[in-house]
Amino acid sequence: MALSGLQIFKLLPKTNCKDCGFPTCMAFAMQLASGKAELSQCPHVSAEAAAELGEAAAPPVRKVTIGAGEMAVVVGEETVLYRHEKRFEHPPGIAILVDDSVDDAAFQQALETFKGQQFERVGQMLRAKLFAIESADAAKLAARVKKASDETGAGIVIMSEDAAALKAAAEPIKDKKPLLYAATSANFDAVAGAAKELGVPFAIKAATLDELAELGEKCVAADYKEVVLDPMSANLQDALRDQTYIRRAAIKKKFRAVGFPTIAFPCRMTTDPLLKSVFAGVFVAKYAGIVVIDTLDPAQVLPLLILGQNIYTDPQRPMQMDQGIYPLNDPTADSPLLITTNFSLTYFTVAGEIEASKVPTWLLVMDTEGQSVLTSWAAGKFVADAIAAFVKKSGIEEKVSHRKIVIPGYVAQISGELEEELGGWEVVVGVREAADVPRYLRSL
Amino acid sequence: MAFQAPTETYKGVIRQADLAGVTVGGETAFPFHTFEGDMPNDPKVAFEVWDIAPDDWSPTLNDVYGDVYGDPIAWTKKVVGEFGADLVYLRLKSTDPNGAGLSAADAAATAKAVVEAAGVPVIVVGSGDVEKDAEVLKTAAETLSGHPVVIGNAEEDNYRPIGAAAMGYQHAVLAFTPMDVNLAKQLNVLLSQLGVDEGAILMDPTTGALGYGLEYAYTVFERDRLAALAQNDAKMQMPIVATVGQEAWKAKETKVEESELPGTGDRKTRGLMWEAMTAVSLLLAGANIVVLRHPESADLVRKAIASLKGE
Repeated sequence: MALSGLQIFKLLPKTNCKDCGFPTCMAFAMQLASGKAELSQCPHVSAEAAAELGEAAAPPVRKVTIGAGEMAVVVGEETVLYRHEKRFEHPPGIAILVDDSVDDAAFQQALETFKGQQFERVGQMLRAKLFAIESADAAKLAARVKKASDETGAGIVIMSEDAAALKAAAEPIKDKKPLLYAATSANFDAVAGAAKELGVPFAIKAATLDELAELGEKCVAADYKEVVLDPMSANLQDALRDQTYIRRAAIKKKFRAVGFPTIAFPCRMTTDPLLKSVFAGVFVAKYAGIVVIDTLDPAQVLPLLILGQNIYTDPQRPMQMDQGIYPLNDPTADSPLLITTNFSLTYFTVAGEIEASKVPTWLLVMDTEGQSVLTSWAAGKFVADAIAAFVKKSGIEEKVSHRKIVIPGYVAQISGELEEELGGWEVVVGVREAADVPRYLRSL
Repeated sequence: MAFQAPTETYKGVIRQADLAGVTVGGETAFPFHTFEGDMPNDPKVAFEVWDIAPDDWSPTLNDVYGDVYGDPIAWTKKVVGEFGADLVYLRLKSTDPNGAGLSAADAAATAKAVVEAAGVPVIVVGSGDVEKDAEVLKTAAETLSGHPVVIGNAEEDNYRPIGAAAMGYQHAVLAFTPMDVNLAKQLNVLLSQLGVDEGAILMDPTTGALGYGLEYAYTVFERDRLAALAQNDAKMQMPIVATVGQEAWKAKETKVEESELPGTGDRKTRGLMWEAMTAVSLLLAGANIVVLRHPESADLVRKAIASLKGE
């Protein structure tokens, strides 16, 4: 049964010693209650309290980290079924499959492509961070795992049925936290033992949810925390069911045996290359922690990464653009100047229309804490004095020879005041809807 | 130990709408949750047809439709005959007062010819200009008397004349609202107060494309479906139409060559992925009809639907 922050607080030492990393016991209790911290972070809690708190304190979906440094992929810690209920926490890690069908030349090429492939979007760097390497040949497996890790820094999912082969391949890169894939009912003790010895996460896989839950129970009993689940769904229909059941059971039923992130292999559910990526998108939206694909085609990887970014955006904290000057279509000193807010959707829509118009334009983007034009105006952020101060310090006066600024039609009412505040500038009221921007620009 | 399947039962059901031979809706659970409810009708793929040649579509689409631009009948035959459209989504773009500004009567005549050529249900929408649409759609509804279609978009500011005309000539209505659960419900309430049969309303809650607000549309669709199913809100149980094609192909990533977006791969593949991933995400969130543009992404979407249904 879940305990409230206050109930947890009563069981803590109440010394505010900060050893857990939080400023007070109360703050720590609140984090425990929301599944954001683990009881083991408190070195002073009594054994009785620990027993009482144990059930309540662990997050419903365990946190698992694969890889290290910039390439570390953190998954799990999810607390809801629908993103509007709170938010989704960690976008799935995208893993690139290299199996025995990939020859050495193609493997080398994949490493090179992987290294250079990253995309910047809304101030975030997006990329695939994992390789999933499979081989029936233990020596080849170990060699490829080592090479991929050394040359790319990627986190590695090591795939084999053979516990000894998994261990041998993982040992040299154990500090990089590879994922051992996978323990089954046939080799559970050997794989779990190897993972424990090396201090790395491991996956459990089973063809039915009953069997998977049995393996999960063993993990819970042995206190293995960094575990990933593969329900081995036969097709996309079963996969949606399995992913939904696992997430629901973990969160709504507090069923610990499946309280772990999942791994999915859309690349093995169809042979159509583009359809594999569409299937991968289903797993991004529906609950997978690691999504394994078998292509590095940027035209497929980029949309998949953006989908993860979209679905995992905090609904309470919209994505924001950096404040500043955005030159679109190579503007000159004579080009028109428009201003809008830094809500990413506002920016993308307006910038997209300006680019489509092909009219060289300066776009000033003001920090309104990610709010849209009307919302930020109503909140007193996108108002005359604040805009004037921003325009003055933005440096735009050195970029344009004119002193004429176009404001969104929705804030027409501030034009007079803004003109006063700016002094020496002409303020023009533009259009309300981004779709009308091209026509407007061409009419200037 | 045995895994206890955590199924959910829903109080509500999505209305089943019969659109001149094509039936949508009717599901008793969240989309594709066939493990705990029914989804009697597969989601449908509609294709967009314009009554004039678009001048800002992606070269990837121009390659497909260049030969039928300006000929809505040929365009219709292409999407139905060659691409297997379940429905046609006819946009009377020619009436846009900020564009060609053609008359309501001309557009209505085109609509009639398209409906006669289509052989599948047609959704007839205006240019998106609230005032002009009221006039255009009234005329279209009258001209199409005896050929039941879906008339849209009915918006907050023009639902009365459009709803009344659709009702008078026995067409269904497509209710459009700007990405907000409450506004969507309110417009459904207003339309039914006007006298429009609730079974003759489809809703377009606004689509955002991948990278351009998809998450907002995704969540609004999910919340619409939760209201309909979990809360059994009768005013939210209308089937959902998602205008995926028009939004996805607006994205820069679907329009420009790799030289303008270095390291992003082939333009055509990018476009197909953009449209298909936007569509499938919104199908998972509750869309009953996705309006698409490219035949190859439509194929991907149909295959994904079949796979999600275990077909």
